[in-house]
This record gives sequence, C-alpha cells and structure tokens, in this order.
Amino acid sequence: MSTATRSLPRSIGAHAILLTYTVIALFPVIIVIMNSFKSRAGIFGAPLTPPTPKTFDLIGYTTVIGQGDFIHYFQNSLVVTVASLFFVLLFGAMAAFALSEYRFRGNTMMGLYLALGIMIPIRLGTVAILQLMVASGLVNTLTALILVYTAQGLPLAVFILSEFMKQVSDDLKNAGRIDGLSEYTIFFRLVLPLVRPSMATVAVFTMIPIWNDLWFPLILAPSEETKTVTLGAQLFLGQFVTNWNAILAALSLAIMPVLILYVIFSRQLIRGITSGAVK
Amino acid sequence: MAAAPKRPFRWHIGVFLAPALLVYTAIMILPLAGTLQLSLFRNIDQSQVFVGLENFRTLFGDPNWSVNFWNALRNNVWFFIIHMLVQNPIGVLLAALLSSPKLRFAAFYRTAIFVPTILSFVIVGFAWKLILSPLWGVAPNLLDLIGLKSLFTPWLGKEEYALTTLSLISVWQFVGIPMMLIYAALLSIPEEVIEAAECDGITGMSQFWKIKLPLILPSIGIISILTFVGNFNAFDLIYTAQGALAGPNYSTDILGTFLYRAFFGFQLQVGDPNMGAAIATMMFLIILGGVCVYLFLVQTRLRRYQF
Repeated sequence: MSTATRSLPRSIGAHAILLTYTVIALFPVIIVIMNSFKSRAGIFGAPLTPPTPKTFDLIGYTTVIGQGDFIHYFQNSLVVTVASLFFVLLFGAMAAFALSEYRFRGNTMMGLYLALGIMIPIRLGTVAILQLMVASGLVNTLTALILVYTAQGLPLAVFILSEFMKQVSDDLKNAGRIDGLSEYTIFFRLVLPLVRPSMATVAVFTMIPIWNDLWFPLILAPSEETKTVTLGAQLFLGQFVTNWNAILAALSLAIMPVLILYVIFSRQLIRGITSGAVK
Repeated sequence: MAAAPKRPFRWHIGVFLAPALLVYTAIMILPLAGTLQLSLFRNIDQSQVFVGLENFRTLFGDPNWSVNFWNALRNNVWFFIIHMLVQNPIGVLLAALLSSPKLRFAAFYRTAIFVPTILSFVIVGFAWKLILSPLWGVAPNLLDLIGLKSLFTPWLGKEEYALTTLSLISVWQFVGIPMMLIYAALLSIPEEVIEAAECDGITGMSQFWKIKLPLILPSIGIISILTFVGNFNAFDLIYTAQGALAGPNYSTDILGTFLYRAFFGFQLQVGDPNMGAAIATMMFLIILGGVCVYLFLVQTRLRRYQF
C-alpha cells in the first residue's frame, strides 16, 4: 500500500472510532455471557460487573441442562447443517464444473437460471414448499430441511465455484484427457482438490444461514423430535421469560459454539470475503 | 443440454448438471411458481377455484387486510431506509479506517466487529430484549454513566420507537457485511491509482472522497441491493423480539411477519394459504422490482467506473 504521511492525531482518531465500535459490537455478547455465571441477586444488583466469588452461580446452566433437550436439538442442527453442506458442495461443484468446463447449447441460460436463486429468496415459495412436503410426507423430518437448505445454498455455490473453476489450467485437464482419464476422474481427482480453498469459503457462507435459520424449522419441522437448536432456543426462551438465570445461560450456550467456531475459522472466512469471492 | 453438432452426446454434462438442477428446480423454482399460481386461487367449499386477481383486490381493498398490508409495507420501507442511512455509512466508515495502511490491530477489529453477524436472530433478538428491558436496567445504568438517564424509555414497548429500535438492532447485527465487502473493494484498488493521486497532492480525506469512493461505488451498489432483498424478506428478528403479532399494536409488523400470520393464522383468525401466497407474491414483485432497478439502472451506470 501507499506510504501516506499519517499524523499521530489521525491514527489516534481512527483507533478511537474502531475501538468504540468494537465495544458496541461486543458488549451485548459479553454482558450476556458474564451475567449467565451470576446468581439472580448478582444479575439484578450489578449487571455491569463481572461475576465475583460472591455472585458466582451456575444455577442457570443447571436449569437449562436439566430442562431443555438441548443436546438433542444440537444433534439435529448438526445433522441438517452437515448434510446440507455436503450436498450443496457436491452438487454445486458438479454443476459449476459443467458450466465452466464445457461449451454446450444453453450454457449461459442455465447459468442465469441457477443465478436467479441468488437474488430471489427461497422463503417466498414457503406456501408451496409446505404443500409439497405435506404431499410427500416429509413434514417434521430432517430430510425436508436438508432438501430446502440444499436448494437454498446451490445458486451462490454454483456462482462462486464456477468463477474459481475457470481459473484451473486447461493444460492440466487436457493432459489428464490424453492419459485417458474419464471426465469424472478429471473432476474428482484433478479439479476438486485444486478448488478446495474456494470450497471452504462457500462452506462458511452456506453454513451460517442454515445454522441460524428459524423460518423453515418453525414451519417444516417444529416437532419435538426434529427441532433445531435455533428453534429450541426460541421456544425455550419464550417459556422461561421470568427465569433470568436460565435465559442468560441458554443464550450463552447458544452463542458459545458459534463463537468458538468463528474464532477458529475467522481467518478463512475473512480471507474468503476479501479475496473477491463476492464480486 | 444438447450436445454440439457432429459430436457424440456428452452424457457427463448431463450427469454433472442433473443433481443441482433437479433439487433447485423441485424445491425452489417450482414452489415459487406454485406460490404465484396459488395466489390466483381461493378455497371455496373445500376446492380450489380460480378467482383471478380477487385475492389481491382483498389485500388492497378489504379493510381487514389492507390496513395491515399497507402498515407492514410502510414499516418495511422504514426498516430499509434506516439500514441504508445507518448501516451502510457506518460500514463504509469502518472499512475506510480499517484499510488505512499500517493500522495496528486491524485483524482484531475486523474479527470483533464481524461477531454479531454470525449470531442467530434468536440470540440477537433476545439479548437486546434483555438489555433494553427496564426490569434489568443495563440500558438505564449505561445511560446514567454518560448522564443521560432521563432519556431512557422501554423502547421496544413503545409504538413510536419500537420499529426504529429493531431496525437499529438489525443494523448492529449486519454492519459487518458492508464493512467487509467495502474493505475488500478498497484493498483491490490498484496502488498506481493511489500513488498517482498522491503525486497530484490528493491525500487523506479528499483522497477518499475523490478517488476511492467513486471506485468502490459498484460495491456500494451490491450492498444496497443485498440490503434491499434482505430487508424485504426479514422475519426472524421481529418474530423473536416481538412475536408473530409484531407488537406493540402491529407497530413493528413487516411483510415477513404479516405473511406468517396470514399463512398460519393467529389467535382467532384461521390461516389462509391463498392469502399467504398473495402476500408472498407481492414480496416477490417488490424484490424483483428492486433487483431489476439495480441490474438495469444502477449497475449499467456503475460499470463505467470499473477498471
């Protein structure tokens, strides 16, 4: 980057603004987690101070773990997210390969057809999706959610992955063809390993909205058996409006896995966004 | 999926495309078309009867529906305006500061400011509900620190403030997205351009306004359309914080919550899939309109600035 002459006051100003905003961004999260470790008196007496030995209490967590079926909800969320992710990446990469590698009649139209879904949210089709799921007996199954999320994730995945697949060298693929590899082997053995970094980017973009979605679990799979953690948390929080310890603990339990994953993968995510994957 | 002439049919293209096309068409495109179609029918005596645009006439004309519809639409427009006026300028400001060269802790700020974006609406809605609750007193305590305690009211419970408050909560959650996209755009400005500007004596603020801002306009365009689509499709935050009735007194009702109530019914009213489909169709037309404006008006003009 350039070497602009930066005066000290300006740099202090930049840090002041960024730091202020960082505090605004983090403070609700910190407040919730901090207070979840306090007794009821501590929560109301001094909400802004960290737990002290006097106010430290795990009563909220014991209530949540004793009452809610959170581990089960957690499993459901995990199954739905991982399965949808798998299908989005596999089908998305296959379609992206077909669109970027071969020239055939209707190629551009096909690309546009798939791109339609990036801008038009799948939610608008909910009425008919529910009818479809009722007709096929998939209501209150995780399969329904997996199907919907796969369809939801595909357009963006195809779009991003075909951008990256265009960059894979033709010489490499042609060398493979001369060696007598089938098109399938070329795709699975040569191309897929080369686009793995962009697959990770797509994975992160696909995963967050699926994990956090409330609309489709609420409509397609609200039964006790199939509740996801987001829906479970929503209902649980609704039930325990007056039990502040339990609410704060439940919120913290919902925040922490995502937060830990984010801290681990944040580099990947931010590199994905800033590498111009979303142009 | 036809093969080029004089060549054997290339089955593998079909095999590669089929799964994605099948799932996408069956679960997304057909239901979308089905919903649009359903909005033209009405359930009379247990059977679906074609009624043309009758459902839309009810939606716009029948006071039972139209009052709620226009209210939801108005609220949704306000929701969008707040995002455009608050979220995007803050995002640009943060990105501009982050991209300044030799800024220390840039990675830390970037990571921290993006945290709310990865949280689910359920967490965000409830956490803010607690913080703003007069029972707990976090918000009044904080205002007290800066001597403004008298300004505190239960914002989420007052008709005149609730929608704006929720919009600002949503801004708080999503400011990371414009920040990241603008940040990426700023980083991709070629060094030569910046150097040339410096040779001409354009630095600091004027460099941002005169050189960088025009170059990142395409990104601002993308962010605007993403915000538009996201806002007119929003549901979760309002539902979590205020319930399906979008209280107090429907003051936070937007198209998403209105669709949910129409489709599933609430309290005494029975759910009506056909009216739900009519509302979804309106949302579809609004979003499609926005996307078309963006594609045909905004983007073609912005192209000129690209390298």
